Amino acid sequence: MNKTKKGRYGIFGGQYIPETLMNEVNKLEMAYEKYRNDPKFTAELDFLLKNYAGRPSLLYFAKNMTENLGGARIYLKREDLNHTGSHKINNVLGQALLAKYMGKTRIIAETGAGQHGVATATAAALLGLECEIFMGKEDTIRQALNVYRMELLGAKVHAVTTGTMTLKDAVNEAMREWTKSVDDTLYVLGSVMGPHPFPMIVRDFQSIISKEAREQILSREGKLPKAVMACVGGGSNAMGTFYNFINDKDVELIGVEAAGRGLNTELHAASIAKGKLGVFHGMKSYFCQDECGQIAPVYSISAGLDYPGIGPEHAYLYDTKRAQYVSVTDDEAVDAFEYLSRIEGIIPAIESAHAVAHARKIAKNYSKNDSIIICLSGRGDKDVAAIARYRGKDLSE
Amino acid sequence: MKNRIQNAFDNKKAFIAFLSAGDPDLSSTENFILEMEKAGADLIEIGIPFSDPIADGKVIQEANIRALNGGVTVDKIFNMVQNLRTKTQIPLVFLTYLNPVFHYGYEKFFNMCKKSGIDGVIIPDMPFEEQNEIKEYSEKTGVKIIHFIAPTSGGRIEKIAQDAKGFIYVVSSMGVTGVRSKVTTDLPSIINEIKKVTNTPCAVGFGINTPEQVREIEKTADGVIVGSAIVKIIEEYGKDAAPHLAEYVKLMKGN
Repeated sequence: MNKTKKGRYGIFGGQYIPETLMNEVNKLEMAYEKYRNDPKFTAELDFLLKNYAGRPSLLYFAKNMTENLGGARIYLKREDLNHTGSHKINNVLGQALLAKYMGKTRIIAETGAGQHGVATATAAALLGLECEIFMGKEDTIRQALNVYRMELLGAKVHAVTTGTMTLKDAVNEAMREWTKSVDDTLYVLGSVMGPHPFPMIVRDFQSIISKEAREQILSREGKLPKAVMACVGGGSNAMGTFYNFINDKDVELIGVEAAGRGLNTELHAASIAKGKLGVFHGMKSYFCQDECGQIAPVYSISAGLDYPGIGPEHAYLYDTKRAQYVSVTDDEAVDAFEYLSRIEGIIPAIESAHAVAHARKIAKNYSKNDSIIICLSGRGDKDVAAIARYRGKDLSE
Repeated sequence: MKNRIQNAFDNKKAFIAFLSAGDPDLSSTENFILEMEKAGADLIEIGIPFSDPIADGKVIQEANIRALNGGVTVDKIFNMVQNLRTKTQIPLVFLTYLNPVFHYGYEKFFNMCKKSGIDGVIIPDMPFEEQNEIKEYSEKTGVKIIHFIAPTSGGRIEKIAQDAKGFIYVVSSMGVTGVRSKVTTDLPSIINEIKKVTNTPCAVGFGINTPEQVREIEKTADGVIVGSAIVKIIEEYGKDAAPHLAEYVKLMKGN
């Protein structure tokens, strides 16, 4: 519905990729169009989402947080309770199943925090596919536990040593690997980014978040929420959280970017707040870059938000003012990580803690009769050691 | 000014050399181009460095990073080309990614190409379907957009070849740029298919680094493109690479 032409969201999106990949992305689009309406495919995916991933996820009323903040009734969409601990499984099960239906025997993926890598390795184990994961070397250090987790699941993890050795470099390497191996391999992209049809496919598979949340909030509150919010790196959990609310014009859609050490420094990953229009990783969108169009090294305490771009549909929602994008610093996110742990007994992923931090700032602006929904995109076990380090404690595991 | 690209293919097989502008510095780049021309190179691809070259392998990415760390910019590269044009009429094309061009401004970029004496541009992350980004500026200035055809282009060859100008960059094998010992694709059949549609010359690149590969490819193609092997020589010898480059080009040309 946001499309002006194939694979475009306004001026954003497109297919800016090497010729070697063009037939393959076209094949992927055709396969997706075929199987998304195929009763066998959809039944199998539904079965996996319910019986393997644990859907539907809870919409949890955060009573203590609501009382503490003294404004809107706060609900948490508990994607952290999914199998593998984040929303990433929603998309991965869809794409891995698609790979299987397409006759592929191998899937590859990039990962930042390791959440998408773990989800991909999990789906590969379940469905009997070979799996290789590309992860920036920096991130393999920040998220060592997830590296071992992927290996336990049978995946091969490549530590990427090119460029800034983080998520964008992992995407570069995964794309390079895909150009070598399109015959038997599907690149399972982890976010609503890259060339068409990936932003559409990932958004569709993640839109189950808002499909459920919308029904759940209507049955609990009898009315729509005032706002839904989610953290944004590439933007998959946010797109999934927004999607079924886009036509509900009175529901505010709020994406929370990583401000790292602050927007007035160079150490952030805020593509909307500080980025400029550009073309990279297959799409036209907003990117953090220098005045010559070189992609900037970005930074966030959260490996999952440490990406210099944002998905094209977000860029479109921003340009058309349907969604607003704000940012939260490392300090604020770490405070929110600890806050949610203590007040609700829920340890959020440091990515999701960015959304929690913003809710803390704005909850009091709403009436006590209104509700807001925060997407809790992942659980925080993976971050515990890093947060301890941030607080000056060195944990030996 | 007549476009010079055709000169590279007139009555001969073209040897096309790639190097990354500003690696190790721009005056060396200028010198390397002149030396390679003397040694027999017929066309030079000048890489405008990009931080994240997804169609290139490690060798060229590292050259890009060396050049960027040395402070190279698009304007400085245009200056070098203008300077070079007072000394040579060898056909010159740029190879870069879309984002640096987008940022420079498409119109300004193509006007500067024309003004400085660049004959064509190769943009690996801009496939046929996205050419509208820059097509009008290419047509206005006569600076040609070079199209790619890959081993995976089945069903697309005709439409791409029909629109081709300058030359066609035929990708020898799957994957990214970089030295390979063997090229396994059935190149003759791809080139035959192209030749049915167009007279635009076909140059084959990706993975080519030995004279034997060149002889084999020249049986069917109109030229070869060598990048990573040249960049590796520059990586090894730095500012002193010129004689080594000349020797390598002569070897590859079979002179």
